[in-house]
Amino acid sequence: MKKLASILLVLTMMLTMVSGIATASAAEVTTFEFWTFNELHVEFYLKMAEIWNEQNPDRPVAINPTVFPYDDMHNKLLIALQSGTGAPDIVDIEIGKYANFLMGETQLVPLNRVVEPELDNIVKSRVDIYAKDGNYYGICFHVGASVTYYNKDILDAAGIDAASIVTWDDYAQAGRTVLEKTGVPMCTMETNDPWSFWQMLTEQGSDLLTPDGQPNVNTPEMAKGLKFYQDMITEGTAVVAPGGGHHAEEYYGFMNAGGAASVTMPFWYMGRFTDYMPDLKGKILVMPNPVFEVGQPRSVGLGGTGTSVTNQCKNQDLAVDFLGFAKLSEEGNLKIWEIMGFDPIRKALWTNEELKKPNKFIDYFANFPFDALIQVQDEIPAIVVSENLPKTMTAIRSSIMYRAFEAMEDIPTILAEESAILEKTPN
Amino acid sequence: MNATVQHAAKPPRKPTNETTLRHFGYNQKLAPYVFVAPFIFTFLLFFLYPMISTVIMSFQNILPNQVEFIGLRNYINLNDPIFFKALSLNLRYTFFTLLILIPMPMLLAVLLDSKLMRARNFYRSTLFIPALTSVVVAGTIFRLIFGEMPGSLMNQLVVLFGAKPIKWLKLADTSFIALIMLATWRWTGVNILYFLAGLQNIPRELYESAEIDGANAWQRFTRIVFPMLKPVTIYVLTISIYGGMAMFTESYMIFSGNRSPNNIGITIVGYLYRKAFEENNMGYGSAIGLALLLIVMIVNVIQLYLNGTIRREKKV
Repeated sequence: MKKLASILLVLTMMLTMVSGIATASAAEVTTFEFWTFNELHVEFYLKMAEIWNEQNPDRPVAINPTVFPYDDMHNKLLIALQSGTGAPDIVDIEIGKYANFLMGETQLVPLNRVVEPELDNIVKSRVDIYAKDGNYYGICFHVGASVTYYNKDILDAAGIDAASIVTWDDYAQAGRTVLEKTGVPMCTMETNDPWSFWQMLTEQGSDLLTPDGQPNVNTPEMAKGLKFYQDMITEGTAVVAPGGGHHAEEYYGFMNAGGAASVTMPFWYMGRFTDYMPDLKGKILVMPNPVFEVGQPRSVGLGGTGTSVTNQCKNQDLAVDFLGFAKLSEEGNLKIWEIMGFDPIRKALWTNEELKKPNKFIDYFANFPFDALIQVQDEIPAIVVSENLPKTMTAIRSSIMYRAFEAMEDIPTILAEESAILEKTPN
Repeated sequence: MNATVQHAAKPPRKPTNETTLRHFGYNQKLAPYVFVAPFIFTFLLFFLYPMISTVIMSFQNILPNQVEFIGLRNYINLNDPIFFKALSLNLRYTFFTLLILIPMPMLLAVLLDSKLMRARNFYRSTLFIPALTSVVVAGTIFRLIFGEMPGSLMNQLVVLFGAKPIKWLKLADTSFIALIMLATWRWTGVNILYFLAGLQNIPRELYESAEIDGANAWQRFTRIVFPMLKPVTIYVLTISIYGGMAMFTESYMIFSGNRSPNNIGITIVGYLYRKAFEENNMGYGSAIGLALLLIVMIVNVIQLYLNGTIRREKKV
């Protein structure tokens, strides 16, 4: 691996030397080793390196990407940082794993120099989740704002206007109408992921963790959220997502065939619609989430991938500058939307007419997706991230959702038992 | 004067590099060590060193630049409900795989060894094919077979018998059946191979003299085949116990990840993986690994003692 990397490095250097002679540019190209688990991220960074090199001919960079499977990449990185050798210069770390890399003496480079000047222009919570002790270590690709996707055809058949659904009471009521008129459930719930449930906690001002980072499972807010969906399941207005989650083949087929009237998922879920549910083209509305009481925040940023610079990088200054440019600049954020269809963290961009240029996302959805985002732009709190998050998320994914929605157990019992288990489980 | 100089200029022949090497190569005392050196070297580097380091890590809390000894805390933490859940799954899995994967392959091997069996080689190879299939592929296929939608193979079968479709992989009992079926499908062929090898070693004369004495097929099986296969059976038993207790990939594939509803598919190694790598607690992961080693050793020592392997070796 290292040998291959050095051969590549030599090759790139030779190439640059040749091209350097040709273009008579004296600047030496710095090659950054970049690890990711997502092919699309490579495309993005290669594009950004191109733009960077045009704008900064005196400090050219090259990206040498390696795409690993998700688990592989995080495990390799963990060991490389633990042992102090073999880590890449720039790396994508998924939020579910990020806490692991903030434990102990952080082996990542603070990005404050590039992040702080932009704080007012971006959704701050998307860098807060990668911060520790006042240092920002990662910058997110997207906001991952939680929104509700409605199937317009089904709502029309039931005579419901999506915009009239403001509270969860409205939503439950609409669910009864939909079930009665069309025979399909209002929504599906995941039992193996927290994405369609998390906003229930944050809109009530709660979270999976307490503000100081302790597991926070046995709370009235959690019970209220679970109870709401459990009641819908009992009524038949909600069903457990076929396959257990909104990323299962079974679910895609079910939803694609008009199996449910809506689903609450983060903004990045748009890509799953375009890729896996082609028959719903032109039928899906992107709307703000309902809330329990008007005035509560209607969204929350979920999921995400923070790109970081490791302390094993030889040219950290340049890496930080390049990363800041790629992830925080206007150009970079526009490319994030164009290439990946994510909601970029630079708020100012959301009203940019450039976003309306047709692409597969604009073509697919029945309304302009950013309209929903602009409505909730000041209602996107940060989730609490601490070293307790991985095990708490494991509890949600493996037990709590399953017991509440599939086994239909008594909620106070589940929460009491699971929080006792969490207490006993070492980090 | 001249003569003495000449004499002095002719020192005793010092061994050159070449002769030393030859000397080395023909040294009978040294040869065995040279032959075992590759094994010793790999053993030291890839087994002993990691093992010692695991033992040390199990007493530590390991974070970048903050490695500290925490005494027995990782071991005290093993009093953890999910660890026990994993242990229980592996124990049940081991028990049932042993129950199926020893008698059944033994009988099949006897059948395949019999001269009366038609198309023996065809069956031998088809029964072995599952072992050559990657667990990743097999796990995925089994996941689809045991899918929860009415269209999955198992649900179509169940519906034929008038029952309702079952969410196979969401319930503890049915998902356990899926795991056992995957194991049976996959390992039957391998165990048949072991037993076939054992059967080839039984002298034909024994069968002939038994036949002359009027022994029927069942008596020949219980009095000749079974006792003569004992060493093979013990070997299969020992590796199956280890294999069952360390089972991970099957569960990982069937549940498409190290996550199963309500932890119904959690295995010891899966829990080790979750703790050490998914949640960055290498120390606790090490303690889980050593606990697994200890449990497998204890179970196997008891087993070897009960069937006489250990006692017999002591007498010799």
